[in-house]
Amino acid sequence: MAYSDKVLDHYNNPRNVGSMDKNDPNVGTGMVGAPECGDVMKLQVKVNPTTGIIEDAKFKTFGCGSAIASSSLATEMLKGKTVDEALAIKNTEIVNELALPPVKIHCSVLAEDAIKAAITNYKDKTAKEQAAVAQ
Amino acid sequence: MNLPIYMDYHATTPLDPRVLEAMMPYLTSKFGNAASRNHAFGWEAEEAVEKARKQIATLIGANAKEIVITSGATESNNLAIKGVAEMYAERGNHIITAATEHKATLDTCKRLEKHGYRITYLPVLASGLIDMDMLRESITDKTILISIMYANNEIGVIQPVREIGKLAKEKGVLFHTDAVQAVGKVPVNVLEDNIDLLSISGHKLYGPKGVGALYVRRKSPRVQLTAQIDGGGHERGMRSGTLNVPGIVGLGEACELCRKEMATESVRLRTLRDKLRAKLETALDEVYINGTMESRLPHNLNISFAFVEGESLLMGINDVAVSSGSACTSATLEPSYVLKALGAGDDIAHSSIRFGLGRFTTEEEVDYVAQKVISVVQHLRELSPLYEMFKEGVDLSKVQWTAH
Repeated sequence: MAYSDKVLDHYNNPRNVGSMDKNDPNVGTGMVGAPECGDVMKLQVKVNPTTGIIEDAKFKTFGCGSAIASSSLATEMLKGKTVDEALAIKNTEIVNELALPPVKIHCSVLAEDAIKAAITNYKDKTAKEQAAVAQ
Repeated sequence: MNLPIYMDYHATTPLDPRVLEAMMPYLTSKFGNAASRNHAFGWEAEEAVEKARKQIATLIGANAKEIVITSGATESNNLAIKGVAEMYAERGNHIITAATEHKATLDTCKRLEKHGYRITYLPVLASGLIDMDMLRESITDKTILISIMYANNEIGVIQPVREIGKLAKEKGVLFHTDAVQAVGKVPVNVLEDNIDLLSISGHKLYGPKGVGALYVRRKSPRVQLTAQIDGGGHERGMRSGTLNVPGIVGLGEACELCRKEMATESVRLRTLRDKLRAKLETALDEVYINGTMESRLPHNLNISFAFVEGESLLMGINDVAVSSGSACTSATLEPSYVLKALGAGDDIAHSSIRFGLGRFTTEEEVDYVAQKVISVVQHLRELSPLYEMFKEGVDLSKVQWTAH
Protein backbone atom coordinates (compact mmCIF):
# COMPACT_ATOMS: atom_id res chain seq x y z
CA MET A 1 0.00 0.00 0.00
CA ALA A 2 1.30 3.44 -0.84
CA TYR A 3 1.17 5.99 1.93
CA SER A 4 0.68 9.71 1.51
CA ASP A 5 3.63 11.95 2.37
CA LYS A 6 1.70 13.31 5.34
CA VAL A 7 1.07 9.85 6.77
CA LEU A 8 4.75 9.03 6.33
CA ASP A 9 5.75 12.29 8.00
CA HIS A 10 3.57 11.63 11.07
CA TYR A 11 4.76 8.03 11.20
CA ASN A 12 8.43 9.00 11.05
CA ASN A 13 8.10 12.08 13.26
CA PRO A 14 5.07 11.52 15.44
CA ARG A 15 3.98 14.68 17.27
CA ASN A 16 3.17 14.79 20.96
CA VAL A 17 4.00 11.22 21.85
CA GLY A 18 3.72 10.48 25.53
CA SER A 19 1.55 10.21 28.58
CA MET A 20 0.27 12.64 31.16
CA ASP A 21 -0.80 11.87 34.71
CA LYS A 22 -4.28 10.47 34.30
CA ASN A 23 -5.07 11.36 37.92
CA ASP A 24 -4.48 15.08 37.29
CA PRO A 25 -7.97 16.69 37.48
CA ASN A 26 -7.17 18.82 34.43
CA VAL A 27 -6.22 15.81 32.27
CA GLY A 28 -8.79 13.89 30.28
CA THR A 29 -7.85 10.42 29.02
CA GLY A 30 -9.51 8.47 26.23
CA MET A 31 -8.58 4.97 25.18
CA VAL A 32 -10.38 3.35 22.27
CA GLY A 33 -9.98 0.25 20.12
CA ALA A 34 -8.89 -3.27 21.02
CA PRO A 35 -5.70 -5.27 20.49
CA GLU A 36 -7.66 -8.00 18.67
CA CYS A 37 -8.81 -5.44 16.13
CA GLY A 38 -5.24 -4.33 15.52
CA ASP A 39 -5.53 -0.80 16.87
CA VAL A 40 -5.66 0.88 20.26
CA MET A 41 -5.38 4.65 20.68
CA LYS A 42 -4.75 6.47 23.92
CA LEU A 43 -5.28 10.20 23.69
CA GLN A 44 -4.93 12.69 26.52
CA VAL A 45 -5.78 16.40 26.80
CA LYS A 46 -4.70 18.86 29.45
CA VAL A 47 -7.24 21.65 29.87
CA ASN A 48 -6.71 25.04 31.46
CA PRO A 49 -9.55 25.10 34.01
CA THR A 50 -10.08 28.85 33.86
CA THR A 51 -10.03 29.35 30.08
CA GLY A 52 -11.35 25.91 29.05
CA ILE A 53 -8.63 25.77 26.40
CA ILE A 54 -6.68 22.58 25.65
CA GLU A 55 -3.09 23.46 26.49
CA ASP A 56 -1.48 20.13 25.79
CA ALA A 57 -2.33 16.85 24.10
CA LYS A 58 -0.47 13.55 24.05
CA PHE A 59 -1.03 10.21 22.37
CA LYS A 60 0.16 6.66 22.19
CA THR A 61 -1.11 4.32 19.49
CA PHE A 62 -0.83 0.64 18.69
CA GLY A 63 -1.93 0.30 15.10
CA CYS A 64 -1.02 0.67 11.47
CA GLY A 65 0.78 3.73 10.09
CA SER A 66 -2.49 5.46 9.28
CA ALA A 67 -3.75 4.97 12.84
CA ILE A 68 -0.51 6.43 14.21
CA ALA A 69 -0.74 9.38 11.81
CA SER A 70 -4.43 9.99 12.60
CA SER A 71 -3.82 10.19 16.33
CA SER A 72 -0.65 12.24 15.91
CA LEU A 73 -2.56 14.72 13.77
CA ALA A 74 -5.44 14.73 16.27
CA THR A 75 -3.11 15.95 19.04
CA GLU A 76 -1.96 18.80 16.81
CA MET A 77 -5.53 19.77 16.02
CA LEU A 78 -6.54 19.72 19.67
CA LYS A 79 -3.98 22.14 21.03
CA GLY A 80 -5.39 25.65 21.44
CA LYS A 81 -8.99 24.57 20.93
CA THR A 82 -11.68 24.85 23.58
CA VAL A 83 -13.23 21.68 24.86
CA ASP A 84 -16.38 22.27 22.82
CA GLU A 85 -14.42 23.07 19.67
CA ALA A 86 -12.56 19.81 20.17
CA LEU A 87 -15.82 17.87 20.33
CA ALA A 88 -16.74 19.32 16.94
CA ILE A 89 -13.69 17.79 15.20
CA LYS A 90 -14.87 15.36 12.52
CA ASN A 91 -13.01 12.33 11.21
CA THR A 92 -13.39 13.67 7.66
CA GLU A 93 -10.99 16.50 8.52
CA ILE A 94 -8.38 13.86 9.36
CA VAL A 95 -9.17 11.87 6.21
CA ASN A 96 -8.70 14.95 4.05
CA GLU A 97 -5.59 16.20 5.78
CA LEU A 98 -3.83 12.81 5.59
CA ALA A 99 -5.35 11.74 2.24
CA LEU A 100 -6.39 8.42 3.75
CA PRO A 101 -7.63 5.77 1.31
CA PRO A 102 -11.08 4.20 1.90
CA VAL A 103 -9.68 1.11 3.71
CA LYS A 104 -8.06 3.41 6.27
CA ILE A 105 -11.04 5.59 7.10
CA HIS A 106 -11.68 3.54 10.23
CA CYS A 107 -8.37 4.93 11.59
CA SER A 108 -9.75 8.47 11.43
CA VAL A 109 -13.02 7.34 13.03
CA LEU A 110 -11.02 5.82 15.83
CA ALA A 111 -9.14 9.11 16.29
CA GLU A 112 -12.41 11.04 16.48
CA ASP A 113 -13.67 8.52 19.04
CA ALA A 114 -10.46 8.97 21.04
CA ILE A 115 -10.90 12.77 21.09
CA LYS A 116 -14.49 12.40 22.27
CA ALA A 117 -13.50 9.85 24.92
CA ALA A 118 -10.73 12.10 26.26
CA ILE A 119 -12.97 15.19 26.43
CA THR A 120 -15.82 13.21 28.01
CA ASN A 121 -13.42 11.89 30.61
CA TYR A 122 -12.25 15.43 31.37
CA LYS A 123 -15.84 16.71 31.62
CA ASP A 124 -16.87 13.84 33.90
CA LYS A 125 -13.92 14.61 36.15
CA THR A 126 -14.74 18.33 36.43
CA ALA A 127 -18.43 17.59 37.01
CA LYS A 128 -17.54 15.23 39.84
CA GLU A 129 -15.16 17.75 41.31
CA GLN A 130 -17.76 20.51 41.19
CA ALA A 131 -20.27 18.20 42.81
CA ALA A 132 -17.76 17.47 45.56
CA VAL A 133 -17.08 21.21 46.05
CA ALA A 134 -20.82 21.97 46.19
CA GLN A 135 -21.27 19.46 48.96
CA MET B 1 24.55 -4.86 -0.31
CA ASN B 2 21.63 -3.68 -2.43
CA LEU B 3 18.39 -2.30 -1.06
CA PRO B 4 15.59 -3.27 -0.85
CA ILE B 5 16.42 -6.65 0.67
CA TYR B 6 14.23 -9.56 -0.36
CA MET B 7 13.33 -11.79 2.58
CA ASP B 8 9.98 -13.14 1.41
CA TYR B 9 11.08 -16.41 -0.20
CA HIS B 10 7.85 -18.18 0.81
CA ALA B 11 5.90 -15.86 -1.46
CA THR B 12 8.11 -16.46 -4.44
CA THR B 13 11.77 -16.98 -5.33
CA PRO B 14 13.82 -15.33 -8.03
CA LEU B 15 14.65 -17.40 -11.07
CA ASP B 16 18.10 -18.92 -10.67
CA PRO B 17 20.28 -17.63 -13.54
CA ARG B 18 21.28 -21.22 -14.34
CA VAL B 19 17.60 -22.06 -14.75
CA LEU B 20 17.11 -19.16 -17.13
CA GLU B 21 20.09 -20.35 -19.14
CA ALA B 22 18.56 -23.80 -19.50
CA MET B 23 15.24 -22.28 -20.57
CA MET B 24 16.56 -19.78 -23.12
CA PRO B 25 16.81 -22.10 -26.15
CA TYR B 26 13.19 -23.16 -25.62
CA LEU B 27 12.08 -19.54 -25.52
CA THR B 28 13.85 -18.87 -28.81
CA SER B 29 15.01 -21.37 -31.43
CA LYS B 30 13.65 -24.60 -29.91
CA PHE B 31 10.02 -23.56 -29.97
CA GLY B 32 8.44 -26.84 -31.01
CA ASN B 33 5.22 -28.28 -29.68
CA ALA B 34 6.05 -31.33 -27.59
CA ALA B 35 2.95 -33.01 -29.01
CA SER B 36 4.16 -32.67 -32.63
CA ARG B 37 5.18 -36.27 -33.25
CA ASN B 38 6.09 -35.97 -36.90
CA HIS B 39 9.00 -33.53 -37.07
CA ALA B 40 12.25 -32.61 -35.39
CA PHE B 41 10.91 -29.46 -33.72
CA GLY B 42 8.39 -31.56 -31.84
CA TRP B 43 10.91 -34.28 -31.02
CA GLU B 44 13.42 -31.91 -29.44
CA ALA B 45 10.67 -30.28 -27.37
CA GLU B 46 9.39 -33.66 -26.23
CA GLU B 47 12.91 -34.80 -25.37
CA ALA B 48 13.40 -31.66 -23.25
CA VAL B 49 10.10 -32.24 -21.45
CA GLU B 50 10.96 -35.86 -20.71
CA LYS B 51 14.35 -34.86 -19.33
CA ALA B 52 12.65 -32.29 -17.09
CA ARG B 53 10.04 -34.80 -15.98
CA LYS B 54 12.85 -37.06 -14.86
CA GLN B 55 14.59 -34.24 -13.01
CA ILE B 56 11.37 -33.43 -11.18
CA ALA B 57 10.68 -37.06 -10.35
CA THR B 58 14.22 -37.72 -9.07
CA LEU B 59 13.97 -34.88 -6.55
CA ILE B 60 10.99 -36.54 -4.84
CA GLY B 61 11.91 -40.19 -5.35
CA ALA B 62 9.27 -40.78 -8.01
CA ASN B 63 9.17 -42.18 -11.53
CA ALA B 64 9.04 -39.73 -14.46
CA LYS B 65 5.77 -41.28 -15.63
CA GLU B 66 4.15 -40.21 -12.38
CA ILE B 67 4.66 -36.49 -13.01
CA VAL B 68 1.75 -34.51 -14.44
CA ILE B 69 2.68 -31.01 -15.51
CA THR B 70 0.34 -28.20 -14.49
CA SER B 71 0.30 -24.40 -14.47
CA GLY B 72 1.30 -24.27 -10.82
CA ALA B 73 0.45 -25.62 -7.42
CA THR B 74 -3.01 -24.07 -7.25
CA GLU B 75 -3.94 -26.13 -10.27
CA SER B 76 -2.14 -29.18 -8.86
CA ASN B 77 -4.14 -28.95 -5.64
CA ASN B 78 -7.39 -28.46 -7.55
CA LEU B 79 -6.66 -31.39 -9.82
CA ALA B 80 -5.62 -33.69 -6.98
CA ILE B 81 -8.57 -32.96 -4.71
CA LYS B 82 -11.35 -32.50 -7.25
CA GLY B 83 -9.93 -35.24 -9.45
CA VAL B 84 -9.95 -37.77 -6.60
CA ALA B 85 -13.34 -36.60 -5.32
CA GLU B 86 -14.90 -37.14 -8.71
CA MET B 87 -13.11 -40.37 -9.56
CA TYR B 88 -13.78 -42.05 -6.22
CA ALA B 89 -17.26 -40.61 -5.59
CA GLU B 90 -18.78 -44.07 -5.53
CA ARG B 91 -16.42 -45.20 -2.80
CA GLY B 92 -17.10 -42.25 -0.47
CA ASN B 93 -17.63 -38.54 -0.10
CA HIS B 94 -15.46 -37.62 2.88
CA ILE B 95 -12.21 -35.64 2.70
CA ILE B 96 -9.96 -34.66 5.60
CA THR B 97 -7.79 -31.54 5.51
CA ALA B 98 -6.45 -29.05 8.04
CA ALA B 99 -7.40 -25.53 9.08
CA THR B 100 -3.96 -24.14 8.22
CA GLU B 101 -3.88 -25.32 4.60
CA HIS B 102 -3.31 -22.94 1.72
CA LYS B 103 -6.42 -21.35 0.21
CA ALA B 104 -5.93 -23.44 -2.92
CA THR B 105 -6.76 -26.47 -0.82
CA LEU B 106 -9.33 -24.94 1.54
CA ASP B 107 -11.35 -23.24 -1.17
CA THR B 108 -11.26 -26.34 -3.34
CA CYS B 109 -12.67 -28.29 -0.40
CA LYS B 110 -15.31 -25.63 0.19
CA ARG B 111 -16.47 -25.93 -3.38
CA LEU B 112 -16.74 -29.71 -3.03
CA GLU B 113 -18.80 -29.19 0.12
CA LYS B 114 -21.36 -27.35 -1.99
CA HIS B 115 -21.53 -30.41 -4.23
CA GLY B 116 -22.40 -32.73 -1.37
CA TYR B 117 -18.96 -33.80 -0.14
CA ARG B 118 -18.26 -33.80 3.58
CA ILE B 119 -15.02 -32.12 4.64
CA THR B 120 -13.28 -32.36 8.00
CA TYR B 121 -11.03 -29.37 8.72
CA LEU B 122 -8.68 -30.61 11.42
CA PRO B 123 -7.65 -27.99 13.96
CA VAL B 124 -3.94 -27.75 14.74
CA LEU B 125 -2.04 -27.80 18.02
CA ALA B 126 -0.24 -24.70 19.32
CA SER B 127 2.83 -26.08 17.52
CA GLY B 128 0.99 -25.71 14.21
CA LEU B 129 1.03 -29.49 13.72
CA ILE B 130 -2.02 -31.69 13.38
CA ASP B 131 -2.92 -34.17 16.12
CA MET B 132 -2.38 -37.68 14.72
CA ASP B 133 -4.97 -39.19 17.07
CA MET B 134 -7.53 -36.72 15.88
CA LEU B 135 -6.71 -37.55 12.27
CA ARG B 136 -7.06 -41.26 13.00
CA GLU B 137 -10.42 -40.74 14.68
CA SER B 138 -11.68 -38.59 11.80
CA ILE B 139 -11.27 -41.35 9.22
CA THR B 140 -14.53 -43.11 8.38
CA ASP B 141 -15.45 -45.76 5.83
CA LYS B 142 -16.54 -42.89 3.59
CA THR B 143 -13.13 -41.17 3.67
CA ILE B 144 -11.48 -41.12 0.26
CA LEU B 145 -8.72 -38.54 0.70
CA ILE B 146 -6.50 -36.89 3.28
CA SER B 147 -4.97 -33.62 2.08
CA ILE B 148 -2.42 -32.22 4.50
CA MET B 149 0.34 -29.86 3.44
CA TYR B 150 3.99 -30.85 3.85
CA ALA B 151 5.23 -27.50 5.24
CA ASN B 152 3.19 -24.43 6.02
CA ASN B 153 3.71 -21.32 3.92
CA GLU B 154 3.35 -18.90 6.84
CA ILE B 155 4.92 -20.58 9.84
CA GLY B 156 7.08 -23.14 8.05
CA VAL B 157 6.14 -26.04 10.30
CA ILE B 158 6.60 -29.49 8.78
CA GLN B 159 3.68 -31.85 9.35
CA PRO B 160 4.30 -35.48 10.36
CA VAL B 161 3.95 -36.49 6.72
CA ARG B 162 5.46 -39.94 7.04
CA GLU B 163 3.07 -40.85 9.85
CA ILE B 164 0.12 -39.46 7.93
CA GLY B 165 1.13 -41.45 4.86
CA LYS B 166 1.49 -44.61 6.90
CA LEU B 167 -1.93 -44.15 8.51
CA ALA B 168 -3.56 -43.37 5.17
CA LYS B 169 -2.08 -46.53 3.66
CA GLU B 170 -3.29 -48.63 6.59
CA LYS B 171 -6.80 -47.27 6.20
CA GLY B 172 -6.86 -47.48 2.42
CA VAL B 173 -7.32 -43.73 2.05
CA LEU B 174 -5.43 -41.69 -0.54
CA PHE B 175 -2.97 -39.10 0.74
CA HIS B 176 -2.33 -35.82 -1.06
CA THR B 177 0.21 -33.29 0.19
CA ASP B 178 0.72 -29.71 -0.94
CA ALA B 179 4.51 -29.77 -0.79
CA VAL B 180 5.13 -26.41 -2.42
CA GLN B 181 7.19 -25.02 0.46
CA ALA B 182 9.06 -28.24 1.19
CA VAL B 183 10.17 -29.68 -2.14
CA GLY B 184 13.72 -28.63 -2.91
CA LYS B 185 14.21 -27.28 0.61
CA VAL B 186 14.06 -30.45 2.70
CA PRO B 187 14.33 -34.10 1.62
CA VAL B 188 10.96 -35.33 0.30
CA ASN B 189 10.46 -38.92 -0.80
CA VAL B 190 7.07 -40.09 -1.99
CA LEU B 191 7.89 -43.75 -1.42
CA GLU B 192 9.26 -43.44 2.10
CA ASP B 193 6.53 -40.97 3.04
CA ASN B 194 3.72 -43.05 1.45
CA ILE B 195 2.47 -40.08 -0.53
CA ASP B 196 -0.06 -40.74 -3.30
CA LEU B 197 -0.38 -37.22 -4.70
CA LEU B 198 2.00 -34.30 -4.26
CA SER B 199 1.83 -30.70 -5.49
CA ILE B 200 4.92 -28.77 -6.65
CA SER B 201 5.31 -25.17 -7.77
CA GLY B 202 8.09 -23.91 -10.04
CA HIS B 203 8.49 -20.41 -8.68
CA LYS B 204 8.92 -21.51 -5.07
CA LEU B 205 12.15 -23.35 -5.87
CA TYR B 206 13.94 -20.83 -8.09
CA GLY B 207 12.12 -21.90 -11.24
CA PRO B 208 9.73 -19.89 -13.38
CA LYS B 209 6.19 -18.85 -12.51
CA GLY B 210 3.26 -20.43 -14.32
CA VAL B 211 4.48 -24.01 -14.13
CA GLY B 212 4.05 -26.70 -11.53
CA ALA B 213 3.55 -30.42 -11.23
CA LEU B 214 1.40 -33.02 -9.60
CA TYR B 215 2.89 -36.35 -8.65
CA VAL B 216 0.31 -39.08 -9.17
CA ARG B 217 1.28 -42.50 -7.85
CA ARG B 218 1.15 -45.29 -10.44
CA LYS B 219 1.80 -48.35 -8.30
CA SER B 220 0.33 -49.64 -5.02
CA PRO B 221 -2.06 -48.05 -5.35
CA ARG B 222 -2.51 -46.84 -8.89
CA VAL B 223 -4.18 -43.47 -8.38
CA GLN B 224 -6.72 -42.33 -10.93
CA LEU B 225 -8.00 -38.82 -11.39
CA THR B 226 -10.89 -37.29 -13.26
CA ALA B 227 -9.41 -34.59 -15.49
CA GLN B 228 -10.57 -31.08 -14.70
CA ILE B 229 -9.55 -29.58 -18.05
CA ASP B 230 -10.81 -31.19 -21.23
CA GLY B 231 -8.92 -31.11 -24.49
CA GLY B 232 -6.22 -32.96 -26.38
CA GLY B 233 -5.60 -35.57 -23.69
CA HIS B 234 -2.09 -34.49 -22.79
CA GLU B 235 -0.42 -35.74 -19.61
CA ARG B 236 -1.94 -39.21 -19.78
CA GLY B 237 -5.35 -37.64 -20.13
CA MET B 238 -5.13 -35.98 -16.74
CA ARG B 239 -4.34 -32.46 -17.90
CA SER B 240 -4.97 -31.29 -21.42
CA GLY B 241 -3.26 -28.26 -22.89
CA THR B 242 -0.12 -27.69 -24.96
CA LEU B 243 2.90 -28.12 -22.74
CA ASN B 244 4.73 -25.04 -21.52
CA VAL B 245 8.07 -26.36 -22.73
CA PRO B 246 10.38 -23.54 -21.53
CA GLY B 247 8.58 -23.48 -18.18
CA ILE B 248 8.88 -27.23 -17.80
CA VAL B 249 12.58 -27.18 -18.72
CA GLY B 250 13.02 -24.48 -16.08
CA LEU B 251 11.14 -26.44 -13.45
CA GLY B 252 13.25 -29.50 -14.23
CA GLU B 253 16.54 -27.61 -14.02
CA ALA B 254 15.40 -25.91 -10.80
CA CYS B 255 14.61 -29.31 -9.27
CA GLU B 256 18.00 -30.69 -10.24
CA LEU B 257 19.81 -27.69 -8.71
CA CYS B 258 17.81 -28.08 -5.51
CA ARG B 259 18.63 -31.78 -5.35
CA LYS B 260 22.35 -31.11 -5.73
CA GLU B 261 22.55 -28.11 -3.41
CA MET B 262 19.89 -28.78 -0.79
CA ALA B 263 22.21 -30.31 1.78
CA THR B 264 24.62 -27.37 1.90
CA GLU B 265 22.00 -24.73 1.26
CA SER B 266 19.75 -25.83 4.10
CA VAL B 267 22.63 -25.80 6.59
CA ARG B 268 23.64 -22.31 5.50
CA LEU B 269 20.08 -20.99 5.72
CA ARG B 270 19.44 -22.59 9.08
CA THR B 271 22.54 -20.87 10.46
CA LEU B 272 21.43 -17.51 9.09
CA ARG B 273 17.85 -17.99 10.28
CA ASP B 274 19.04 -18.92 13.77
CA LYS B 275 21.30 -15.88 13.81
CA LEU B 276 18.39 -13.62 12.90
CA ARG B 277 16.28 -15.15 15.63
CA ALA B 278 19.03 -14.85 18.24
CA LYS B 279 19.66 -11.20 17.42
CA LEU B 280 15.97 -10.31 17.70
CA GLU B 281 15.45 -12.27 20.90
CA THR B 282 18.54 -10.82 22.55
CA ALA B 283 17.68 -7.20 21.83
CA LEU B 284 13.91 -7.28 22.36
CA ASP B 285 11.62 -8.56 25.10
CA GLU B 286 8.16 -10.03 24.51
CA VAL B 287 9.01 -11.71 21.25
CA TYR B 288 7.14 -14.89 20.35
CA ILE B 289 7.91 -17.52 17.73
CA ASN B 290 4.78 -18.75 15.98
CA GLY B 291 4.76 -22.50 15.47
CA THR B 292 7.23 -25.08 16.66
CA MET B 293 10.95 -24.72 15.96
CA GLU B 294 11.35 -28.50 16.33
CA SER B 295 9.79 -29.44 13.01
CA ARG B 296 10.29 -26.52 10.70
CA LEU B 297 11.75 -25.43 7.38
CA PRO B 298 15.33 -24.22 7.89
CA HIS B 299 14.71 -20.89 6.17
CA ASN B 300 11.51 -19.80 7.92
CA LEU B 301 11.04 -17.54 10.92
CA ASN B 302 7.59 -16.34 11.91
CA ILE B 303 7.75 -14.12 14.90
CA SER B 304 5.41 -11.79 16.77
CA PHE B 305 6.60 -8.60 18.39
CA ALA B 306 3.99 -8.12 21.09
CA PHE B 307 2.44 -4.64 21.44
CA VAL B 308 3.54 -3.64 17.93
CA GLU B 309 1.15 -3.84 14.98
CA GLY B 310 2.51 -5.64 11.94
CA GLU B 311 1.72 -3.15 9.22
CA SER B 312 3.28 -0.26 11.12
CA LEU B 313 6.37 -2.44 11.52
CA LEU B 314 6.49 -3.18 7.79
CA MET B 315 6.16 0.55 7.14
CA GLY B 316 9.25 1.17 9.27
CA ILE B 317 11.30 -1.49 7.53
CA ASN B 318 10.22 -0.46 4.06
CA ASP B 319 13.57 -1.41 2.52
CA VAL B 320 13.04 -5.02 3.59
CA ALA B 321 10.51 -7.20 1.78
CA VAL B 322 8.78 -9.45 4.30
CA SER B 323 5.13 -10.18 5.02
CA SER B 324 2.88 -9.83 8.02
CA GLY B 325 -0.11 -11.72 9.36
CA SER B 326 -1.64 -8.39 10.26
CA ALA B 327 -5.13 -7.73 8.96
CA CYS B 328 -4.04 -4.35 7.72
CA THR B 329 -1.82 -5.96 5.10
CA SER B 330 -4.55 -8.19 3.74
CA ALA B 331 -7.56 -7.40 1.62
CA THR B 332 -9.98 -9.02 4.04
CA LEU B 333 -9.19 -7.01 7.20
CA GLU B 334 -8.93 -10.33 9.02
CA PRO B 335 -5.63 -11.33 10.57
CA SER B 336 -3.89 -14.50 9.39
CA TYR B 337 -6.17 -17.53 9.73
CA VAL B 338 -3.09 -19.70 10.11
CA LEU B 339 -1.91 -17.85 13.21
CA LYS B 340 -5.45 -17.75 14.58
CA ALA B 341 -5.63 -21.52 14.16
CA LEU B 342 -2.63 -21.85 16.51
CA GLY B 343 -4.79 -20.27 19.20
CA ALA B 344 -2.32 -17.46 19.67
CA GLY B 345 -4.94 -14.70 19.79
CA ASP B 346 -5.64 -12.00 17.25
CA ASP B 347 -3.30 -9.53 18.93
CA ILE B 348 -0.34 -11.86 18.36
CA ALA B 349 -1.48 -12.43 14.76
CA HIS B 350 -1.59 -8.68 14.18
CA SER B 351 1.98 -8.40 15.48
CA SER B 352 3.55 -11.10 13.34
CA ILE B 353 6.23 -10.93 10.68
CA ARG B 354 7.23 -13.78 8.38
CA PHE B 355 10.87 -13.88 7.35
CA GLY B 356 11.66 -16.21 4.47
CA LEU B 357 15.36 -16.61 3.72
CA GLY B 358 16.64 -18.09 0.51
CA ARG B 359 19.41 -18.97 -1.90
CA PHE B 360 20.54 -15.38 -2.41
CA THR B 361 20.26 -14.18 1.20
CA THR B 362 23.59 -13.05 2.63
CA GLU B 363 24.81 -12.76 6.19
CA GLU B 364 25.22 -9.01 5.70
CA GLU B 365 21.54 -8.79 4.79
CA VAL B 366 20.52 -10.74 7.87
CA ASP B 367 22.56 -8.41 10.07
CA TYR B 368 21.02 -5.36 8.43
CA VAL B 369 17.46 -6.70 8.73
CA ALA B 370 17.92 -7.66 12.38
CA GLN B 371 19.24 -4.22 13.27
CA LYS B 372 16.50 -2.46 11.35
CA VAL B 373 13.71 -4.52 12.88
CA ILE B 374 15.08 -3.99 16.37
CA SER B 375 15.20 -0.22 16.01
CA VAL B 376 11.72 0.02 14.46
CA VAL B 377 10.17 -2.24 17.12
CA GLN B 378 11.77 -0.08 19.80
CA HIS B 379 10.43 3.08 18.14
CA LEU B 380 6.91 1.65 17.85
CA ARG B 381 6.91 0.41 21.41
CA GLU B 382 7.66 3.96 22.52
CA LEU B 383 4.41 4.81 20.77
CA SER B 384 2.47 1.80 22.00
CA PRO B 385 -0.07 2.28 24.79
CA LEU B 386 -0.12 -1.50 25.18
CA TYR B 387 3.61 -1.72 25.83
CA GLU B 388 3.28 1.10 28.38
CA MET B 389 0.47 -0.73 30.16
CA PHE B 390 2.42 -3.98 30.05
CA LYS B 391 5.41 -2.24 31.64
CA GLU B 392 3.09 -0.83 34.34
CA GLY B 393 2.04 -4.36 35.13
CA VAL B 394 -1.47 -4.15 33.68
CA ASP B 395 -2.92 -7.51 32.63
CA LEU B 396 -4.06 -6.67 29.10
CA SER B 397 -6.33 -9.69 28.93
CA LYS B 398 -8.42 -8.23 31.76
CA VAL B 399 -8.84 -4.77 30.24
CA GLN B 400 -12.32 -3.84 29.03
CA TRP B 401 -11.61 -2.83 25.41
CA THR B 402 -13.98 -0.89 23.25
CA ALA B 403 -13.93 -3.17 20.23
CA HIS B 404 -15.01 -1.48 17.05
